[in-house]
Amino acid sequence: MSNQESVKQTEYSQRPSIVKVENLSKSFGSLKAVDGVSFEVKEGEIFGFLGPNGAGKSTTINVLTTLLRASGGKAEIAGLDIQKHSTEVRRSVGVVPQEYTADEDLTGLQNIILCADLYGIPRSNSRSHAIELLKLVELEDAANRKVSTYSGGMRRRLELACGLINYPKLLFLDEPTLGLDVQTRAAVWKYIRMLKESYHMTLFLTTHYLEEADSLCDRIAIIDHGHIIKIGTPDELKASIGGDVIVVGVVETEPDISSDIAKINLVKDVKKSGGEYRVKSEIGEEASIKIIDMIRSRGLHVTKISLTKPTLDEAYLEFTGRTLREEETNRMAMMSQRMTMRRARS
Amino acid sequence: MAENISIRAVTTAEERALEEEREQEKAFRAAPKLNKSPLHGLWALTNRDLIKWYKNPIQLFISLIQPIVWLGLFGKALNFGAFISSQPGITPAEIAALNLKEFGTTSYFSFLSAGMLAFIILFTAAFSGMSVVFDKRFGFMNKALSTPVGRGAIVVGKILQSVIRSLIQAAIVLGIAVGLGMDTSHLNALSIAGAFTILFLMAFGLSSLFVMLALRGSDWQTQMAIINLLNLPLLFASNAMLPITIMPDWLKNVVKFNPVSYAVDGARQLLLGSPGSLGVPLWVDFGVLTAFAVILSGLGIVLSWRLLSK
Ligand SMILES: Nc1ncnc2c1ncn2[C@@H]1O[C@H](COP(=O)(O)OP(=O)(O)OP(=O)(O)O)[C@@H](O)[C@H]1O
Ligand SMILES: [Mg+2]
Repeated sequence: MSNQESVKQTEYSQRPSIVKVENLSKSFGSLKAVDGVSFEVKEGEIFGFLGPNGAGKSTTINVLTTLLRASGGKAEIAGLDIQKHSTEVRRSVGVVPQEYTADEDLTGLQNIILCADLYGIPRSNSRSHAIELLKLVELEDAANRKVSTYSGGMRRRLELACGLINYPKLLFLDEPTLGLDVQTRAAVWKYIRMLKESYHMTLFLTTHYLEEADSLCDRIAIIDHGHIIKIGTPDELKASIGGDVIVVGVVETEPDISSDIAKINLVKDVKKSGGEYRVKSEIGEEASIKIIDMIRSRGLHVTKISLTKPTLDEAYLEFTGRTLREEETNRMAMMSQRMTMRRARS
Repeated sequence: MAENISIRAVTTAEERALEEEREQEKAFRAAPKLNKSPLHGLWALTNRDLIKWYKNPIQLFISLIQPIVWLGLFGKALNFGAFISSQPGITPAEIAALNLKEFGTTSYFSFLSAGMLAFIILFTAAFSGMSVVFDKRFGFMNKALSTPVGRGAIVVGKILQSVIRSLIQAAIVLGIAVGLGMDTSHLNALSIAGAFTILFLMAFGLSSLFVMLALRGSDWQTQMAIINLLNLPLLFASNAMLPITIMPDWLKNVVKFNPVSYAVDGARQLLLGSPGSLGVPLWVDFGVLTAFAVILSGLGIVLSWRLLSK
């Protein structure tokens, strides 16, 4: 498994980059929303930006999709400089923004066809393509309903379909599952994986859900205060905080066998507390067998053993000094407030 | 033998399914040839706003009822012709002469009708900026900006939808005015076409102005304030409601700087056969309004390049 992963990884690193970002920054007045980020996205991968509120995720996407002008640095998409060839860039990428942008007074189908018109796709093609895309996101039954009657999940899916109308090779998704229930989120994940696997698209997404980054992304950049703190595969990020944790219980509290455990190959660190040993290891599965064998060979008795894989949560905590869980609650409160404000306005 | 055939059939069905899938994938990948002209998407954007207008029965009803109310109530209530005809001992010939002298036509109502055409265009154009503000608020502007559609096309689309709506409303106002007794002796295809060309130019210029003023901000209160600030002065400091002859001199000068005056003047000359009340020939009206429309829409397009990306 891990072997396969690493094969896949080298494969990605050999692929050409579809996005190249060098020292990109964007300031709003004195606020540096994005402060000198550099990264590359390889063709065919799912690249994720993970970070808390206000980290600069949306700002980065808005600069890359030419909605905002960069204050410094440069970026290329499919070999095109985003400043010099902004129209070409817009033509070739798809965007699914964080906010709902569909026109509420039009139907879902009208919205997608309008999008197609804005890309200059001839009507002879766009009608059938729009229907195809609505089927893809399972909205064909609601195609002729006004968007104002859609639920939040339906709107997100409509935005996704709109983002695909111009046959993009690269799709930007800004928090594609924000505010969705577990089921709809799973559906969106399914579409995203399908876009990668069946249509060989490259996806650039932002999220603040760790599970999402973990299960969807081939590589993740952790971003905070406009800086990229760490880039790597989910496994690399987890490994970089010290590996798996094995807890072994031994009946006999004496003698202390910490130093013997530490000698076992693959073991990185041992701590004893009472009748328990906390062991850190990069490959916990293999190390734990060896630990049990060693304890038994001493004639001692193992009472229990547990193996904990490090989570991205811990990695995130380590790098940003915060947990995303706390933020999630804030975020949901903010979201619902935003929605009510919108309703009140309309 | 029969078995063979059925096996064969299964494989083909499978093959067909696979083929279909491949076909679908190809269709998905094969982007069609795109229209890359700078004006592509212009009609789509214009039409979007028009659909929202005519598919919304309440909005449509209000925009139809508004001119009826203005013409029917205001036009009939403010009947200056009645002052004249209520003078004791005045003959019909004298009434006609007075009307012609003061209003350049047979009655105040006819005089006002031409002004109302300009009025309805001014008020429709004033709200064109509002739709820009709402598009920014509800995210649609960002959607449009993330597509390759021209920034100019976004602005011109907003202007065009307002122009089309206002001209349709002006046509309705004209119909109502005729129904309520406007002088029709000078109406013919040519005079109507000429008047609507004049109104088109004014609508284009005014819509450009209001769209332009909305490009920066994104709150509708400011926009509302701008509308109120400009709308009534543009209306009252013109010859739309009252003849310029009764105005004080300083106001007369203001009126001459107001593009609305030239549209009303041109419309009166064409539709009612009035002498030019601004003291300018018809071609000057056309000239002033063409310049107004070209300059303001040009300015709007240039500003859209600067203001629509931050
Ligand atoms: N148009 C703007 N004007 C001024 N400040 C802005 C603007 N857009 C974003 N910012 C600021 O830039 C910072 C980064 O914002 P951004 O929207 O990129 O964050 P984010 O990572 O997408 O956050 P979230 O998870 O809440 O979407 C924030 O501090 C925000 O207040
Ligand atoms: Mg964001």
